[in-house]
Amino acid sequence: MTQPKGTLTRNTTAARINHWITGGCFILLLFSGLAMFHPMLFFLAELFGGGQWTRAIHPWIGTVLMLSYAGLIVQFWRDNLLNRDDINWMKAIDSVLANKEEGVPEVARFNAGQKFVFWSMAFLVPVMFITGLVIWDVYFSAYTTIEQQRIAVLIHSLAAIAAIIVWIIHVYAAIWVRGSMRAMTQGYVTPGWAWRHHRKWLRRLAATGSTGPRPRADRGPAPR
Amino acid sequence: MTNTWQDIKNANVIVVMGGNAAEAHPCGFKWVVEAKIENGAKLLVIDPRYTRTASVADVYAPIRPGTDIAFLNGLIRYLLEKDAIQHDYVRAYTNASLLVKEGFGFEDGLFSGYREEINGYDRSDWDYELDEQGFAKADDTWQHPRCVMRLLRNHVDRYTPETVSRICGTPQDKYLQICELFAGTAAPDKALTSLFALGWTQHSVGSQNIRAMAMVQLLLGNIGVAGGGMNALRGHSNIQGLTDVGLLSELMPGYLRLPTDAEPTFEDYMKTRQFKPLRPGQTSYWQNYRKFFVSFQKAIYGDAARADNDWSYDWLPKLDVPLYDIIRAFEMMANGQMNGYICQGFNPMQAFPDRGKTRRALGKLKFLVTMDPLDTETSRFWENFGPQNPSDPAAIQTEVFQLPTSCFAEENGSLVNSSRWLQWHWKAADPPGQARSDIWIMTGLCHRLREMYRKEGGAFPDPILNLTWNYTDPANPDPEELAKEMNGRALADLKDSNGAVTAHAGQLLEGFAQLRDDGTTASGCWIFSGCFTEKGNQMARRDATDPREQGLAPNWAWAWPANRRILYNRASADAAGKAWNPEKPIIQWNGSRWVGIDVPDYGPTTKPSDAVGPFIMNAEGVGRLFARDQMADGPFPEHYEPFESPSENVLHPKVRSNPAARVFADDRAAFGTAKEFPYVATTYRLTEHFHFWTKHALINAILQPEEFVEIGEVLARQKGIEQGGWVRVASKRGAIVCKAYVTKRIRPLEVNGKPTHVIGVPLHWGFTGQARKGYGANTLTPSVGDANSQTPEFKAFLVNVEKAHAPKE
Amino acid sequence: MADLQSQNYIRRSASTLTPPSVRDHEQEVAKLIDVSRCIGCKACQAACMEWNNLRDEIGHFEGSYDNPADLSPSTWTLMRFAEWENDKGDLEWLIRKDGCMHCEDPGCLKACPAPGAIVQYANGIVDFISENCIGCGYCVKGCPFDIPRISQVDHKSYKCTLCSDRVAVGLEPACVKACPTGAIMFGTKADMKTWAEERVVDLKSRGFSNAGLYDPSGVGGTHVMYVLHHADKPSIYAGLPDNPRISILVDLWKGIVKPLALAGIAFTAVTAFFHWIVAGPNEVQPEDEANAQRLLRKTDDSR
Repeated sequence: MTQPKGTLTRNTTAARINHWITGGCFILLLFSGLAMFHPMLFFLAELFGGGQWTRAIHPWIGTVLMLSYAGLIVQFWRDNLLNRDDINWMKAIDSVLANKEEGVPEVARFNAGQKFVFWSMAFLVPVMFITGLVIWDVYFSAYTTIEQQRIAVLIHSLAAIAAIIVWIIHVYAAIWVRGSMRAMTQGYVTPGWAWRHHRKWLRRLAATGSTGPRPRADRGPAPR
Repeated sequence: MTNTWQDIKNANVIVVMGGNAAEAHPCGFKWVVEAKIENGAKLLVIDPRYTRTASVADVYAPIRPGTDIAFLNGLIRYLLEKDAIQHDYVRAYTNASLLVKEGFGFEDGLFSGYREEINGYDRSDWDYELDEQGFAKADDTWQHPRCVMRLLRNHVDRYTPETVSRICGTPQDKYLQICELFAGTAAPDKALTSLFALGWTQHSVGSQNIRAMAMVQLLLGNIGVAGGGMNALRGHSNIQGLTDVGLLSELMPGYLRLPTDAEPTFEDYMKTRQFKPLRPGQTSYWQNYRKFFVSFQKAIYGDAARADNDWSYDWLPKLDVPLYDIIRAFEMMANGQMNGYICQGFNPMQAFPDRGKTRRALGKLKFLVTMDPLDTETSRFWENFGPQNPSDPAAIQTEVFQLPTSCFAEENGSLVNSSRWLQWHWKAADPPGQARSDIWIMTGLCHRLREMYRKEGGAFPDPILNLTWNYTDPANPDPEELAKEMNGRALADLKDSNGAVTAHAGQLLEGFAQLRDDGTTASGCWIFSGCFTEKGNQMARRDATDPREQGLAPNWAWAWPANRRILYNRASADAAGKAWNPEKPIIQWNGSRWVGIDVPDYGPTTKPSDAVGPFIMNAEGVGRLFARDQMADGPFPEHYEPFESPSENVLHPKVRSNPAARVFADDRAAFGTAKEFPYVATTYRLTEHFHFWTKHALINAILQPEEFVEIGEVLARQKGIEQGGWVRVASKRGAIVCKAYVTKRIRPLEVNGKPTHVIGVPLHWGFTGQARKGYGANTLTPSVGDANSQTPEFKAFLVNVEKAHAPKE
Repeated sequence: MADLQSQNYIRRSASTLTPPSVRDHEQEVAKLIDVSRCIGCKACQAACMEWNNLRDEIGHFEGSYDNPADLSPSTWTLMRFAEWENDKGDLEWLIRKDGCMHCEDPGCLKACPAPGAIVQYANGIVDFISENCIGCGYCVKGCPFDIPRISQVDHKSYKCTLCSDRVAVGLEPACVKACPTGAIMFGTKADMKTWAEERVVDLKSRGFSNAGLYDPSGVGGTHVMYVLHHADKPSIYAGLPDNPRISILVDLWKGIVKPLALAGIAFTAVTAFFHWIVAGPNEVQPEDEANAQRLLRKTDDSR
């Protein structure tokens, strides 16, 4: 994809593909999982060709999601490490929510909200994967007791609900913060977007002469 | 059965010993449950293993296989000692009072008259002392030292509870508890029923096991009454019919005996069958023996059987040995003395003892014809099936003809159940493939043989050439025609003493009372006479109406003899003709005749004051506590160890096993000792299977798929045998490799001071059919039979057991 | 098995609507298994296989008379044999016919996510409607008796139907018909309880002082009941649960978690929406771009 001149790379092509595989899987899992979770939503099973198909395909999609999310972890874990900036940013969350970001402490590539989404999913996805294996009746029912399966199914659904809530926050944030969507579709943001939301990241890119998504490592320390 | 299945519900105490009714007769067992629930009956189970029957018993006691007589003789001692016998019954209806000849005695394990050279007894002294008129002398006070009661007391005196426990391994407390429950039924209004089966017959003392319990029942007054009796639960749906129509080497239909070498003429034969009464005024059915016999000959030979040729008596074979039982037959086969074998509806490879010998013997035949609905092991004995049947086809020259037959559901006919009911059944489906009925096959053989005799002559063609064959389709007689033939017809107009015609020539007979010895009646099986009359097929009746709801249902099918449901039912009433148990009367004297819910087993108008004994099959008219000369191995039962036993005979060490049993030399050489084979084994059936048939059926194969043996936990621990693991069980004759069921249900027994382990070997698996391949229990069993019936001793023998690996294919 | 007239349903899995109940006058039925009369002959197993056309694999001997070794999609009932020594040191061979208990409050139905895959009829029978089953195995988790089995072939769950097809036309279940000793009886639940009382009296008279009826209240009672000689110790009968009830985990999962989850999701979504209404989009302003350009230039210059 051609990136307009003067813009910054927010997400590499690989990262974007990885993200959308994950996102696609998540939506499929959301529908198929909810179909099996609540009778009111069983109609969603029709999207997958009925209950049998929904039951059969859900764990496979889950497996893809697990692998895919592992890829995201590999690509993003560094930039999601927590630091003091996150606390300061959180303290100013009111201004963030009110779209008044001028006084908000500067953050690097990801703010605390994004990190929350990342780490929540980094926790919830494996939990769902492992509990999902336990209740993947076709292949694994023989390896656990029914009581263990009961625990697993309860944890699986609680984790899924948590993940859905996190996901709604994630999706809404992408809609709310204009330019974010393009960052994950076309991969780039304008310097102004970076200035507004991730000024520290912008400063580092500028300091190392990088256009993103990560500052060049050989260009000395980032300005303080 | 003296009584009926349904009648079991009238019992107060039910004893299952020498059988496993719940396991082998689950459908009939409903009446045991009925007795428990509706009659408050107690169920006692005495068995080496804690069986499925034991699982619903009130009292269970273990017993070492092959020691039932010790248990029962001890029980008789207990009853006599506690005076728990039904005195009036015993005095009037048994031979307790009769005096026995002076020469009779018993010493050191042998009755008087033993002759070692024949392995048997001269039984001439085993009889009553007769008075001048030829009647047995009696002492009703039981004081005479030679009256049966005194002799019996003396005989069983050695069987103290300590001795019984020492021989049987039964804990004394359990034994005494059981004795007490038996004793309770000595009351005239209480009944105990004995349910037994092959657990008693399949011993070298099998007949005496049953005798012993019959004596107990006589002492308790439990024969002939509702809820009482000696009830042999037959192991096949029609094995009763098999014996009834004489499919045994020494019998003809209706329990007429085949002549022997010692009876060259008809009058010789009849001389010992006059059945002269031994008590004044006594009557007996066997007084009519000549009528039964002549009518049988007329049925077989028709017009060719005439008075002037002694009703063709000469055409009957004459036995040169007491009987040609299966053990003798296979001995002869193994020795090359028998070289052709038509095996109809049997599977000797599975069913006969010492399978190795059976296989060798079949391999020496020139030809073998099998007739069976199933692909039996016997038909395939020559084929190599791996370790389960290691035959070498190249070394076997036997020509095998496998003739598939129809099964019971594919033909009309009748089955005789344990209650002696002839029940007609109707064909449900055509036989598959080329299967044909046994009748069709046998008829074809008969015609071809006859044709060969006609054309080529032969040593003695008369018996074959003169057979009558008056069937609508001579090639395939209809089962109804055969049934009518057994029932019998009048060959001339029959007239009663007043000259009135009771049956016209050609008409079917009403019953055996119409049979004549002058050649004017024909009946193929006198006890079946009445089953198919001018009124129609009585066996097809299905009216379940049951007067007094005592389980007789007289209009359901037809029971031999004479539709009588309870044998010896005269004994259900006291000497004056009143029921012992007024709650459950069977027949009673109403002042002019015997009336009730069953056909009287007695003269219907014989007055009680005539003092005719109720056991009218016996010349003395009473039940026998002393068997006279009727048993080969003694007039009283005596404990003898099985031929393979871990213990000496503590009563008489010099005479360890049944001295009257016939043992062939090679079979004796194949007996093992306790040193090499220290454990007692016993074989049996499981509910899930019927013998060797149902392993061919998928559902049964699923329900019990694979061969196993049952081993007690203690022995398994000693031998390092794991639950469900492989074991090798070996006798002197062969070995099987199968799974182990380590169970609490078999506990070690303390026998003569030593712990004795029992191993259970279910018998169902073989190498054909749907279930998994097995070696078959009879790989292990010894080839020795009961002294009277030659029924093999499948129930007690010695083995060793060790941990093993799965057999290699 | 058979999808009977829907009006007979009183419960239907994963259904948000209350089933019609005008035919609710129907009497509840029950099968009474009198363990004290059972001889373990397996006629019930054979009858079940015959009537329902089930044929399991020919298995192996595995150390007991239990064959097949366990319930399976093709084995809906099974005799379980337990050797138990009582306090007198006497052996008892406890033989129990295992299979669906047809709970009044069926855990399988509660757990089932597929609408109409598990139903309960007005007569109390709990039935699996195979065409609706999705093979998820939730019923296995819901059942306190370890009864349903999922087929690896067609991925449907199977268990005893109490011969609902026979009962619907006035016949007794096949196992009842086949039982030779009358150890399995069938009738109205009230009649079965009365009969059980008589049996308990008889058993007590024979020395089984703890004889009693097994009709566990934890699942609201069952439509398959046992007469036990030792009703104080159900677990000695090859692991019959002493106190069965639907697992608290299943209760949570299928109870409070469901509405809470939807509420939580909805709340999050609604909150987000109102945030949008209140705060509107967070857009990059021209001065942001200008500031960014300034920064970029400055750093370029400083190099």
